Amino acid sequence: MAAQLAAGEVTSVALTQAHLDRITAVDTDVHAFLFVDTQGALEQAAAVDAKRAKGEKLGPLAGVPLALKDVMAQKGIPTTAGSKILEGWRPPYDSTVVTNLKKNDIVILGKTNMDEFAMGSSTENSAYGPTHNPWDLTRIPGGSGGGSSAALAAFEAPLAIGTDTGGSIRQPAAVTGTVGVKPTYGGVSRFGLIAFSSSLDQAGPCARTVLDTALLHEAIAGHDPKDSTSINAPVPQVVQAARAGDVKGMKIGVVKELNGDGYQPGVRARFEESLELLAKAGAEIVEVSAPNFEYALAAYYLIAPSECSSNLARFDAMRYGLRVGDVDGASAESVMNLTREVGFGKEVKRRIILGTYALSSGYYDAYYGSAQKVRTLITQDFTNAFLKADVLVSPTCPTTAFKIGEKANDPLAMYLNDIATIPVNMAGIGGMSLPSGLADEDGLPVGFQIMSPVMKDERMYSVGAALEAALLSKWGAPLLDLAPVMGGAK
Amino acid sequence: MSSLSRDDVAKLAGLARIEMSEDEMVNLANEFTVILDAVARVQEVATADVKPTSHPLPLKNIFRSDVVAPSLSPEDALSGAPAQEEQRFRVPQILGEE
Amino acid sequence: MSISYDDVVAKYEPVLGLEVHVELNTNSKMFCGCATTFGAPPNTQTCPVCLALPGALPTVNEKAIESTIKIGLALNCSIAPFSRFARKNYFYPDMPKNFQISQYDEPICVDGYVDVEIETDEGPKVFRVEVERVHMEEDTGKSLHVGGATGRIHGAEYSLLDYNRAGIPLVEIVTKIVPGTGKYAPEVAKAYVAELRDILRSLGVSDVKMEQGSLRCDANVSLRLIGAEKLGTRSETKNVNSLRSVERAVRGEMIRHAELLNAGGRVVQETRHFQEDTGLTRSGRSKEQAEDYRYFPEPDLVPVEPDAAWIESLRATLPERPSIHRKRLQEAWGVPDKEMAAMINADVLNIVEATVVLGADPIKARSWWLGEISRIANDKNCAIADLAITPTDVAEIVALVNAGELTDKLARQVVEGVIAGEGKPDAVIAARGIKVVNDDGALMAAIEKVCAEQAETAEKVRGGHIPAAGALIGAVMKETKGQADAARVRELLLGHLGQL
Repeated sequence: MAAQLAAGEVTSVALTQAHLDRITAVDTDVHAFLFVDTQGALEQAAAVDAKRAKGEKLGPLAGVPLALKDVMAQKGIPTTAGSKILEGWRPPYDSTVVTNLKKNDIVILGKTNMDEFAMGSSTENSAYGPTHNPWDLTRIPGGSGGGSSAALAAFEAPLAIGTDTGGSIRQPAAVTGTVGVKPTYGGVSRFGLIAFSSSLDQAGPCARTVLDTALLHEAIAGHDPKDSTSINAPVPQVVQAARAGDVKGMKIGVVKELNGDGYQPGVRARFEESLELLAKAGAEIVEVSAPNFEYALAAYYLIAPSECSSNLARFDAMRYGLRVGDVDGASAESVMNLTREVGFGKEVKRRIILGTYALSSGYYDAYYGSAQKVRTLITQDFTNAFLKADVLVSPTCPTTAFKIGEKANDPLAMYLNDIATIPVNMAGIGGMSLPSGLADEDGLPVGFQIMSPVMKDERMYSVGAALEAALLSKWGAPLLDLAPVMGGAK
Repeated sequence: MSSLSRDDVAKLAGLARIEMSEDEMVNLANEFTVILDAVARVQEVATADVKPTSHPLPLKNIFRSDVVAPSLSPEDALSGAPAQEEQRFRVPQILGEE
Repeated sequence: MSISYDDVVAKYEPVLGLEVHVELNTNSKMFCGCATTFGAPPNTQTCPVCLALPGALPTVNEKAIESTIKIGLALNCSIAPFSRFARKNYFYPDMPKNFQISQYDEPICVDGYVDVEIETDEGPKVFRVEVERVHMEEDTGKSLHVGGATGRIHGAEYSLLDYNRAGIPLVEIVTKIVPGTGKYAPEVAKAYVAELRDILRSLGVSDVKMEQGSLRCDANVSLRLIGAEKLGTRSETKNVNSLRSVERAVRGEMIRHAELLNAGGRVVQETRHFQEDTGLTRSGRSKEQAEDYRYFPEPDLVPVEPDAAWIESLRATLPERPSIHRKRLQEAWGVPDKEMAAMINADVLNIVEATVVLGADPIKARSWWLGEISRIANDKNCAIADLAITPTDVAEIVALVNAGELTDKLARQVVEGVIAGEGKPDAVIAARGIKVVNDDGALMAAIEKVCAEQAETAEKVRGGHIPAAGALIGAVMKETKGQADAARVRELLLGHLGQL
C-alpha cells in the first residue's frame, strides 16, 4: 500500500475511504472498533495527499491508515480504555505514540476495543461488548488487544497499535493469524498510555506482515523525555533486519519449560514444524532451561494488580469520567465509592482488591515483595539463556481461540492463556508473535513466539522474517487468505 | 491455605473506595482463596538472598531541567470535569479531615 | 482543675518530635513543567501530569533534587547513594492521583542534626536535635469549601478545587525523638524551627514564610513520668503557623496531656489542630486506626543515585552556617547579646547586615530597622520584610543624615514616604520638598523673626533663663517647616541671645 501511495497510484483519501467502507461492511459482526473517526481520518488523509502533491518528502508509511487501541490518549477523540468509567472522555492531549504517528503522517481510523483497562486475555471484559474473531465469529480474538488484531485480520486496517502487559499484543496476534510485537520495555514511550501495570506495560506495533510491523515499530519507537522509563538509545534497526530475514548461524533457544508440553496438539505441531523450517534456513536449534518460569504467572498476578490498584485510584469522579450518585446530601466519598462500583467491571474490581491486599501492611513482604524477587530470578533465567542462544522461542499460547463465554467464569483458567507470554514482560525483553499456521483439529490460527534480549529487538525481526518467508513458500499464499470471507471483497 | 473472609474483602473495598454489594464481597472472598493459593507459590523461591526488582531496566538519575513548560489552558484542564464553578472543579462535600 | 506548667514539668518529662515541610522555590513543579508562581488564576498552572489525567507520567525536577541534597548537607546528614520514590496511597480530592509520590524506606538524606541554643536558668545551653531523615514529596491542590458558615470543611455544601499548587515540590524534615529538654521543650522546639528557617533561607531554596505556608510545622508531643523508660502516647499538632505558635502549641499540649494523665485518663494518639486565638488544640483525625498507605516503589520513576562528585560540588556551594554567621557579625559589630537577640527575634539580622554591607554604621542600621521601621510594620500588622523599604534605601538615608543633608526627624519622613510607596529616597525628598535648611543666613532670618514675635520669651533667655529657649526653637522649626537642624538652631539662637 505504501508503495502505491508513494507511486501516486492511489491517494490516501481513497485508501482511507476504502477502509472506512470495509469497517462499515464488517464491523457490526466483528466489533473491533469502539469509535470510528470518519471525518478526522479523511481530513488527515487529505492533508497527506496535499503534502505529497507538493513534492514533500514523506515517511515510508505516510498516508497508510491505522487502528489505535483505545488505551492510548488521542486529543479530542473518545478514549475509554474499554471502560464505562471513561465513557465519553476526550483527552486534551496526545500520547507520544500518537504524536509519532502523526509525525509520520499515518492516518488514524479510530479506536479499537479491548479488555477493560487492558485486563484480560479475550476482550470479553470490555464494558462495550466483546470483539469477535474474524476466523470464527463465535470465538474470542484474544486480549486485551483483541480489537486491534481483529481489525487487522478482518482487513479493516493494515496497521494497528496495541499494548502488552502480559501478552496483550502477542496472544491476540496468535489467535487471529496476525503479527504483533512487544518492544523492549522502555523502547516505546508510555506517556499517554492509560496505565495498567506501569513496570510491565509497553505499546507496540501490529500488522499482517513482519515487515509492516517493523516499519510501524520504527515510526513509534524512541526516547521520550516525558517518560522517565524510556530508553535513551537509538531504535534497533528492525526494518533492516526484517528485510534481510537472515538467520544463518543464529542460535535459536527452545525454552524447555515452554516447549508446548500440555499445550493443544495443533499448537505444538505447528511449533515443531516452524523449528524445522528455521533450521533449514540456517539456524541452530538449541535447548535452554528457565527453571523459575513456573513462578512467572503467580508473580505477575501479584505485581500487575498491585500496580493497577494504585494506577486506577485516579478514577474517582472528581476531575473527569463518570460521576454517579451526586444527589443532594451525597458526600464526595460516597460519590467516589458508588462511581467506582458502577464504572469498573468485575475483572477490574477483582484485580484492584487483589492488588490492595498484596500491598497491605503485613502482607507486602509475602506477596508483592516476594513477587518482585521472582522477577529478579526470571530476569536471571533469561540472562543465562541468552548466553546460549541469540533468541528464545515458544508457542505464543497454549490453545487456539476458544469460544466466547467458555472461560469467562474461571479466572484462573483465563490467566493460563498468558503462561508463555508473561515471562517476557517480567524481564522487560522484546517479544513477537507471528502466524505459524492453523491447528489441524479446529482450523484456527496458531502463533509462534520469538523473544530477544533487551534492546536487541532486531533479532526478533530477523527470525520472524525468515520464518514468515519459509511459511509463505510452504503455503503458497498468506495465511489470512484462508480466513472466512466477510462483507464482500477485502 | 490462605483465605479471605467477607469482612476482609469489605475492609479492602473500603481502602479501594469501591461500594461493593454483599454478594460481590462474598463471591470475591471465595474466588480469592483459590487465587491466593496459586500466587502464594512465589514464596517458595523468594528467599532472603534474592533482591527484588522494581524496574526491568537499570536506569538511574533521569531528571528534567527546572524550566517552565506551557500548561494546559483552564478550558482544557476542566474539559472533562463532571461539574465546575468559577474555573474550579466542583465536588460534593468532603467528609474527611484535611 | 487546670494545673500550672511548673506542676507539669515537676512530674513529667516531655518527648518531642518535629516534622517540618518546606516548599521549594523552584521555577517548575516537582514532577512536571508547570509554573510555580503564587497567586495565579485557578487551574491555569496545570497539565496532564499534575491533574493526573489518564496516561500521564511524572518526571523529576533536577533542581529539587539539588535543593534537597543541599538541605541534607546543611543539616549534617548523609546523602544516600541510592534512594527511590515511593507511592503513598490514600484517597482525597485535593490529591489528583489519589496517591502522593513521596519517599518511604529509601529517603535521600538520613541521620543529621541541628544544634540550637536557648536561654536557661543556668545560662545559654546547646541542645542537639537529631534529624532522622530528609525526603522529597509533592504538595496537594487547594480546596475552597462553599456553603458552610465558616468556610471551613465542616458543614460545607460542596467544595471547589484548584490544582495550581498540586505538585509543588516539598521537602519533609523529620527529627528523631527529642528527649531531655525538660521544661525547655517549648523553647527548644521554637529554636529548632527558627534555626531550620534560617538555614533554609541562607541556602536560598525556599522563601520559608510560615504565615504563607512555605514552611509548615507539625509538633509531636508525649509525656512520661520523670525517670520512666517507656514513652507515653503522643499527639500530633498541625496548623502551627508561626514560631510563637510552635512554642505555645508544645506548652499547651504538655499541659493538656498532664491534666489527662493526672485525672487517670489516657492520651489518645491523634492529630490535633492548633487554634491561634486560644493557644489550645482541637481534636482532628484519630490516628488510632492509621490509614494503611500501602507504600511501594514508584514504578514510573527510576532511582536517584547521586555520585560523590555531584554531592561534593553541592557541598562547596553551602553558605556559612547561620549560627557561625551570627557569632561573626556580633563580634564584628560589637553588639551585646541582648541586642543580638532582639535582632534575631525580630528576624531582621539579614536585613541589617545587608544595610551594613552597603556602608551604613551597624548601630544606625540596627536602630532604624528595630526602631522606626519595626514600629511601622507593627502598625500595619505585617512583617518587616514585606514593607516596601529595602536595605539600599536605609543605607542611603543613613548616608544622607551623616552628610548633614537630612536630620533624624526628616529622615523619618523619608522612611515613611518610601514605605508608603512614594518611591526611592531621592524621589520622596524631591516630591515632598524635604530639605535641611543649612543656610545660616536663612536660619538667622527665621530666628530674628521669632525673637521679634516672642519678644518677652527672648528677653527671658537673654536674662539667663535657658529653658525658655525651647519654645523659641520650636517656633523656628515651625517657621522652617521642620527642615532646620534643631541643634544648629539652638546654637545660633543662644548665640544671638548672648547665651553661648
